[in-house]
Amino acid sequence: MGFIDRTARAFLLTELLQGMALTLRYMFKPKVTLNYPFEKGPLSPRFRGEHALRRYPNGEERCIACKLCEATCPALAITIDVAPRADGSRRTTRYDIDMTKCIYCGLCQEACPVDAIVEGPNFEFSTETREELYYDKDRLLGNGDRWEPELAARIEADAPYR
Amino acid sequence: MPKLTIDGIEIEVEPGLTVLQAAERLGIEIPRFCYHDRLSIAGNCRMCLVEVSPGPPKPSASCALPVAEGMVVKTDSPMVRKGRKGVMEFLLINHPLDCPICDQGGECDLQDQAMLYGLDRGRYHEEKRAVLDKDLGPLVKTCMTRCIQCTRCVRFSAEVAGVPDLGAVGRGEHMEITTYVGKAVGSELSGNLVDLCPVGALTSKPYAFSSRPWELRKTESVDVFDAIGCNIRVDVRGRRVMRVLPRINEDVNEEWISDKSRHAVDGLMAQRLDTPLVRRGGKLAPATWNEAFSAIADKLKGMPAEKIAALAGDMADCESMLALKDLMTALGSHNLDCRQDGAGLDPAQRASYLFNSTIAGIDEADVLLIVGSNPRWEAAVLNARIRKRYLTGKLKIAVVGPRINLTYRYEHLGDGPETLSKLADGTHPFVATMKAAERPMMILGMGALARPDGAVVLGAARRLATAALLVRDGWNGFNVLHTAAARVGGLDVGFVPGSGGLDTGAILEGASSGKIGFVYLLGADEIDMARLGKAFVVYQGSHGDAGANRADVVLPGAAYTEKNATYVNMEGRVQSTRTAVFPPGEAREDWTVIRALSGVLGKPLPYDDDAQMRARLVAANGVFAGRGGAPKAAPWGGFGETGEMDPAPFVSPIGNFYMTDPISRASATMAECTSVFVMGRQAQGTGTHG
Repeated sequence: MGFIDRTARAFLLTELLQGMALTLRYMFKPKVTLNYPFEKGPLSPRFRGEHALRRYPNGEERCIACKLCEATCPALAITIDVAPRADGSRRTTRYDIDMTKCIYCGLCQEACPVDAIVEGPNFEFSTETREELYYDKDRLLGNGDRWEPELAARIEADAPYR
Repeated sequence: MPKLTIDGIEIEVEPGLTVLQAAERLGIEIPRFCYHDRLSIAGNCRMCLVEVSPGPPKPSASCALPVAEGMVVKTDSPMVRKGRKGVMEFLLINHPLDCPICDQGGECDLQDQAMLYGLDRGRYHEEKRAVLDKDLGPLVKTCMTRCIQCTRCVRFSAEVAGVPDLGAVGRGEHMEITTYVGKAVGSELSGNLVDLCPVGALTSKPYAFSSRPWELRKTESVDVFDAIGCNIRVDVRGRRVMRVLPRINEDVNEEWISDKSRHAVDGLMAQRLDTPLVRRGGKLAPATWNEAFSAIADKLKGMPAEKIAALAGDMADCESMLALKDLMTALGSHNLDCRQDGAGLDPAQRASYLFNSTIAGIDEADVLLIVGSNPRWEAAVLNARIRKRYLTGKLKIAVVGPRINLTYRYEHLGDGPETLSKLADGTHPFVATMKAAERPMMILGMGALARPDGAVVLGAARRLATAALLVRDGWNGFNVLHTAAARVGGLDVGFVPGSGGLDTGAILEGASSGKIGFVYLLGADEIDMARLGKAFVVYQGSHGDAGANRADVVLPGAAYTEKNATYVNMEGRVQSTRTAVFPPGEAREDWTVIRALSGVLGKPLPYDDDAQMRARLVAANGVFAGRGGAPKAAPWGGFGETGEMDPAPFVSPIGNFYMTDPISRASATMAECTSVFVMGRQAQGTGTHG
């Protein structure tokens, strides 16, 4: 009995037709892929992308050099040097992130008491050399200035859950 | 003896102890802010609440509660916890909670205890108090808004430091700690205020914002800025010594260190010798080790042994002094001396140059005679110990020498040798006082010994010791107060003129007259370089100071934080420093430099590693076998010379406490202290400015 059943199905190409029917059904459904560089998917406000150092609206940098991000970083990617600034406030003289070491865990922004270091929505920062991925303070503050509207919106969106 | 029960454990303690101290004996830690072992009890922070029965049904402060028979104490009951939580909430009402920018963050008592007893959110929404910061000088930074009024600083400055500059004004919420008139805290121990402060109200100014406690590598070591040999902890970040903190050693420094020990470490990064230098055409030029060694070898070739001399400085370690002594012996020279101030000490009698009573012995002394010394500047921590004994009311103090503020009252017997000879003859009435005392002490300073007639002064002091019965059963009250960390070690390894050898004065005399042609300076900077004449000078040391400036060949050595080296403190206690950082550039541990040089000179020394070096030390003098242990009592004998003393009054050799050696002279912090405390130029005017 089994033999006849198998042979009949083989000769009538039922499996092939079933497969083709599935293909045909999907041809009329909307596409799930994105035309990537021109189209992008939605991102959660908690997405952890490229780092940035933020400023207060008056232009003063937020970072107070408490070194908690450096202490918490599991990949030891952050290096900070501190010195009193001319006005006596505590500021970093050096804030480096080695982006090749970073594992994007988000612990740094979790630790930051003043929301200075954040991981922004940007994930398109590939470079051609390693050296370009060694971020310094200027680069991070630049990122912050560039992305500030989005960074502020993300933090606000996530605020009820913190 | 009252017997009480703490947390279900019965304990019997001597009467007069407080509940907190009794609990500590059992290993039960009660949180506290204002209580400190070495200060008087204030009882104003209320953090140490415990439940006591019998008694009123409310928690009481254990730090101020004397133990009583049959007491039952609970240190962790619900009532206690609720009470402490309430106290913590009150303390935090006016505390700014700026831990992220506070230097105390990570080692803060308030932070730690808030983790145990603090609420996770505040219930106080009214306005917080803010307090104007005070200027306490170049070492202590203030942020008075953080202050919780424990008054540890007030009690420390009044009791231990003996400079009642700090105090509290106002009541309740308006209470403020202040210096009353806005002046710097003029104490040599002011750095300890920072350690005592349980919050971040007083922090270290030179260390401000430079690093966090969790990134520091800690090395236990020994201080070499004075002869006390304070136990210290060296905190290092990367290749830089960030700070020095005291380590508790009840027999030596308790838990204090002087401001120089604590804050001169920024000098370790300045003026360093990091490569060998050879003088070419009148200028010191960088060279390789081989070039430097061969320059020395060329000079020594054919030089008669009696034209060679060596001097050791105030911070030289025992290993390097012994290695240099062995090298000089191999070269046939006996002209060596570790007493660059020419102190008239007798190297043959160990008891003649030790602090025989030991530092802890001060706690037993009842009469003290200070001769030619300013212990406040020569050994600040020792002075605090004298003051501690003085405050018990059981110590009578007299001084022969300059009339200065020593932070305690004393009887001034005279200015100089005249009084000393009266004392030595037993004709002075104070001798009877010493005789009648149970534990009489004499401290003989370098102001009396480091003079041309030092040996005669030592002889007079020896006679005084006999006349006043300073040495009795189980007690030796004859003490020499050294100013150099290397001195006792140098005398112990025998870095002194051999038979027919010249001492410091004779070496300098010989160098200026041309009789000495080669001088090896092992970190010796305190001599008059102009008197070295035309001699060929080799300087080995860590800093470019007077010696390196004069030298023809400079060999870079390691500072005390950069080597495992042996130092003997003035009691004869053998202690070791530990390598906290590596020496900069080409610099090496000092004894290895001498070992390498000995090979080039064709007289290789018979030790190649630390273990062999240490074995050689023990072979040279048995005292080095007792490393780390208590100092061994030295046998009492005859020493000193008789003769006429120069009638000039005794003067302390230290003119400026903040700058006594190459490291502190290279330190910017010490330069600032000098300008504020010694020259009296305070940066900000009076309390009414601004």
